[in-house]
Amino acid sequence: MICSKCSEKAVFLEPKLCKKHFIDYFEKKVLDTIKKFKLLNKKDRVVVACSGGKDSTTVLYLLKKFHGNVVALAIDEGIKGYRDKTLVDLKKFCKDNDIKLQIYFFEKEFGKTLDIMLKKKNYPCSVCGTFRRYLLNKCAKGFHKIATGHNMDDEAQAVLMNLLKSNTDLLLHSVPITSKRKGFVQRMKPLYFCSEKEVAAYALLKGFDVGFTECPYMEESFRNVVRNSLNNYEKEKKGSKRNILEKHLKLINDIKISRKSFQYCSICGEPSQSDVCKACELIKSFK
Amino acid sequence: MKIFIEKQNKNIEKKFSGKIKDLLKDLKINSDTVLVVKDKELITEEDLVSDKDSVKILSVISGG
Ligand SMILES: [Zn+2]
Repeated sequence: MICSKCSEKAVFLEPKLCKKHFIDYFEKKVLDTIKKFKLLNKKDRVVVACSGGKDSTTVLYLLKKFHGNVVALAIDEGIKGYRDKTLVDLKKFCKDNDIKLQIYFFEKEFGKTLDIMLKKKNYPCSVCGTFRRYLLNKCAKGFHKIATGHNMDDEAQAVLMNLLKSNTDLLLHSVPITSKRKGFVQRMKPLYFCSEKEVAAYALLKGFDVGFTECPYMEESFRNVVRNSLNNYEKEKKGSKRNILEKHLKLINDIKISRKSFQYCSICGEPSQSDVCKACELIKSFK
Repeated sequence: MKIFIEKQNKNIEKKFSGKIKDLLKDLKINSDTVLVVKDKELITEEDLVSDKDSVKILSVISGG
């Protein structure tokens, strides 16, 4: 197979491109998303939520390249044999690319590592997710935007899962950039229209050191079902994932979805749906 | 041929020569979920491999 733009060998099929032209195509796609959805203003201070994986590393690299003013932020939950490994790759990447890295630790912020917390509670993703979201929002204060590595597959899966679970208000989270709300740092997703396979190919072709490591607590059985269905739809009908996201964006623009109202936590002052936020409630339950 | 499947972290031996897309079909792997690497180069589903080749099948799914 030959590249559709030159006579080099293709390394990717849809679209059919050689290494150089694939890299150009991918970077242009990300730039187009940034421009079309106005993800960045010139003077924005941006923090990239990094895990050491391919998606967030790609976002970090491209925002550094296109925008310059970026800091990497990582959260060390304290998952032995997993996060310690991914953070080694991230530290090296930031050093090589001259990017400032800030790491926040569950142990320091909440008194315990996730491994220790889970000896008392056995719903890892919910505990971890609550604390990660909380810490990310809190530590990103002072920045204009938080960029995350969510790709087209992640987002199409989230839309479908929220429809199937009837979580209408959560549909508002699956957007290239969240709207401005007091107490929240705006979140943006430069890889919104890049498939998981495209991101993986880009990271591989650029030689990013992002080995495959799976979180030992991974328990996303429903997401796996949805992921498999979406991959089957895509096989039968090319463009399914993109169509879902494009129609989703049009729909949430056209209909009015009422947001759950929020107040501020009486303990920590962060945005919350009740008098005490979920993170503070969890911390109390561990004492 | 020698095949390394990253997601399962295992090496397998399999008699095969033909297109990568048919190899993936045989292994019941959806091509959207993997990248295939031969001699450190990214190859596509349309590329041919023979029995004396060795390939790596890398997962594109993020681990979290
Ligand atoms: Zn080319």
